Amino acid sequence: MTLHQLSASEVVNLVKEKKVSVSEIIQDLYDRIAKVDPLVKAFLILNQEEALKQAKEIDTKVKKEEELPPLAGLAIAVKDIIATKGIETTCGSRMLKGFYPPYNATVIDKLKEAGAIIIGKTNLDEFAMGSSTENSAFGPTYNPWDLERVPGGSSGGSAAAVAADEAFIALGTDTGGSIRQPASFCGVVGLKPTYGRVSRYGLIAYASSLDQIGPITKNVSDSALLMRIISGPDNRDSTSVDLPVPDYLKSCQEEIKNIKIGVPREYFVEGMNFEVKDVVYQALKLLEELGAKIEEVSLPHTEYSLPTFYLIATAEASSNLARYDGIQYGYRTENYKDLSSMYQRTRSEGFGPEVKRRIMLGTYALSSGYYDAYYLKAQKVRTLIKEDFTRVFSKYDILVTPTSPTPAFKLKEKMADPLTMYLSDIYTIPVNLAGLPALSLNCGYSKGGLPIGLQLIGKPFEEETILRVAFNYEQNNKVEKRKPLQNLSPQKMVG
Amino acid sequence: MKEEVVIGLEVHIQFMTKAKIFCQCSTDYLGKGPNTNVCPICLGLPGSLPVLNKKVLEYALRTALALNCEINQVSRFHRKNYFYPDLPKAYQISQYDWPLGFRGHLEISIPPSGVRRRIGITRVHIEEDAGKLIHEGDIASSTYSLVDYNRSGIPLAEIVTEPELRSPEEARIFLMQLRSIVQHLEVCDGNMEEGSLRCDANISIRDSQTGVLGTKTEIKNMNSFRAVKKALEFEVERQKKLLAKGIKIVQETRHWDESKNITVSMRGKEEAQDYRYFPEPDLLPLKISPEMIEKIRRTLPELPESRKERFIKVYNLPEDDAEVLISNKALGDYFEKASAFYADKKILINWVRGELLYNLKEKKIEVEQSPISPEKLVGLLKLIDEGVISGKIAKTVFEKMFESGKEAREIVQEDKITQITDQNELIKIVDRVIEENPQSVEDFNQGKEKALHYLVGQVMRYTQGRAKPDFVSQAIKERIKN
Repeated sequence: MTLHQLSASEVVNLVKEKKVSVSEIIQDLYDRIAKVDPLVKAFLILNQEEALKQAKEIDTKVKKEEELPPLAGLAIAVKDIIATKGIETTCGSRMLKGFYPPYNATVIDKLKEAGAIIIGKTNLDEFAMGSSTENSAFGPTYNPWDLERVPGGSSGGSAAAVAADEAFIALGTDTGGSIRQPASFCGVVGLKPTYGRVSRYGLIAYASSLDQIGPITKNVSDSALLMRIISGPDNRDSTSVDLPVPDYLKSCQEEIKNIKIGVPREYFVEGMNFEVKDVVYQALKLLEELGAKIEEVSLPHTEYSLPTFYLIATAEASSNLARYDGIQYGYRTENYKDLSSMYQRTRSEGFGPEVKRRIMLGTYALSSGYYDAYYLKAQKVRTLIKEDFTRVFSKYDILVTPTSPTPAFKLKEKMADPLTMYLSDIYTIPVNLAGLPALSLNCGYSKGGLPIGLQLIGKPFEEETILRVAFNYEQNNKVEKRKPLQNLSPQKMVG
Repeated sequence: MKEEVVIGLEVHIQFMTKAKIFCQCSTDYLGKGPNTNVCPICLGLPGSLPVLNKKVLEYALRTALALNCEINQVSRFHRKNYFYPDLPKAYQISQYDWPLGFRGHLEISIPPSGVRRRIGITRVHIEEDAGKLIHEGDIASSTYSLVDYNRSGIPLAEIVTEPELRSPEEARIFLMQLRSIVQHLEVCDGNMEEGSLRCDANISIRDSQTGVLGTKTEIKNMNSFRAVKKALEFEVERQKKLLAKGIKIVQETRHWDESKNITVSMRGKEEAQDYRYFPEPDLLPLKISPEMIEKIRRTLPELPESRKERFIKVYNLPEDDAEVLISNKALGDYFEKASAFYADKKILINWVRGELLYNLKEKKIEVEQSPISPEKLVGLLKLIDEGVISGKIAKTVFEKMFESGKEAREIVQEDKITQITDQNELIKIVDRVIEENPQSVEDFNQGKEKALHYLVGQVMRYTQGRAKPDFVSQAIKERIKN
């Protein structure tokens, strides 16, 4: 096994045991990126010079036998919507091309303090609005399992980078499924923490009441490893919650005998992709074998999730994205007569079509005369959706569902019809509306060899439980583990 | 039709907390280099988040309670969305449906009669201030504008009154008394010229017989108490004239042009903005416990009204003197400080209301910055009492103190303007005056008291006021008799 194929925990241990230098690891990773990323296009920005410098610093520490921080030498890819001091942060938008934040997101501060090294910033749908990473102003990312297909979105770059061994671990963000759906499409593990578990300070807002940062990893224990570092209250984010951060790795070790799993009936509808259905049922069978009690449950308001989400998320987005006005930073049109034309042209030229669509939708939903019928009503339905979950969680420990209705689809397949694209997040969206934690991990493959994801939904702030169930499943899953892009052949080149 | 003026005010006060409302930047922004008092949060940089400064909540509660408001036990922030270059996030974090305080009132007294009127306070809410645009030249001819965000995120309270003020003068008095309250609460310095207290007004004319309200206009840019009165007076006349001609008032925002003394139309109602208010998802609702409200209520400082009562009772001051002293907290403080060292309040108040206020106003200096401290003023008064200088000389000394900031005693010594206490020297001058004014002496002998005053005046003239008037008067009488 070559270095870039290692998991995060393996890397951290090898560094601690002085079996390999951090510089070697980082160099190997950049070699892998040089080879693979022309195909996958997971990265927007590479931080090579800085990363190699940091690697040397850690190697010196190792030589001097100094105490190492918990993630010393761990290379991490960061979704380009998380502010990184001195590293360009574009949100996949023309609007922020050339924007270098003068500060780090709290998660970045925490990771740096833990010794992690940022290797680059990954591609995404512009301002995290999309489900395929095709909405990036800088071109799409390709699914490492099939380069004609999308990696999912909006954290498509992060998921693809981890799947293609271009990073050991990555940060994504999830507003309606943007960590879990690409994790599912790329066959990796993606965790969206409970709203308030991880600080949003420095996460460039799409929909403030839904956004969360979370890890995308090669396996469940790496997810647990990263969660331990990035979670916890932050006095820079009023919505972060002051609860102790458990030792997630330790809880993974516990059994899942007698754990109560609910399977929401509304998530298994007639006409759903049979391959997804089959693989998810097999996964449920394995969980049952491991001692879990599985029963069907009902979340009756599920069908309203999508419209509710697209009213609340776009309303917040219309306000969050208003600051990109060409005044202080970012893109400004060259061609304007007065303030009003400067605003109009800057925003017309700076934003892509999906972002504009959502800003317009959200502006409409908040407008006087429409607020009650749209935004306010959506808030009320959001409460009903939350109550569905609360009711079910009084009897069950976790819920298990597919992550996405289909495996990865082809590029351009859904770009013409936004509504079809939105349906790709139908299983993930209710979780954000309810603020719950949820994890997606691979549970098998389609006949065509595309990964299929299993979603585990937990009670608020009980990431431990879903990590434990996921870990037990992963350990006992006998299906052969596959990796994409192992033998590169020239005819696979695209773009 | 019998016309009645209807005015409601919207007052913004800047809180004197150390830090801004949602970040750690200082609130001391005046005079700093442009965009030096800023951080990612008050610049609204992508990814930054607001965190409420708890002091702001405390100050706002003090304000709301002093204005007899009810307090919403759960209050929340809203976003007010609009585009303007001085607004870095393109929304202002403000309050909307659940303001901190509501349904309050302020009882004002109208001088000179002292008639009391209760003005309803609709709401008191918290919000953030915006930056400032700077135009090269003036706004109309400038080819570009610069933005300074130093003021962005300064904590504000918005205080909205019911439309219950009945004249521009009443509006001015209300505003003065409101200022005095926020000064006494030590939440705002109330400086209108520097913009720490700002006032917009809604004004309309009502038919008092039918009670039908007229169309209102909103007046902005009134940067002093005088401007408030003048702008509103102008607007009353303007509206009355239009109504007399049968022309309809247009609902609009009008700008007070201080140099031309007129209000000018800024924008009409059809251009009114839809602010698309919605709850701010980055901040949690504010939960205010009854205990917290009680604690703040208990620790409210003495407010102007009770201070006035105390001044009347304890210092035995006439009501109008007390009224002047409480109109500006710093002036009341000045008086109280001086009082501690000086017993005769009557003399003290005369100097404070007379020389001190006159000179401060003339030089446009705030009481806090007075070059003559209360201690120094008392020093001067004691020199009079000791007979070192006369009251008249003291006024000259006062002016010199005001210019130099020196102690009275120091000035008196430097300028050798102590009173002539050498009796022989004074008698010589008295004799000379008697000799030079035989007619007056004769008049005095015939019982004309006025003649004595004249003679005393002459002695004072020769001594350049350095003689003690009582002594001179006595001396003249005696010398004439002899």
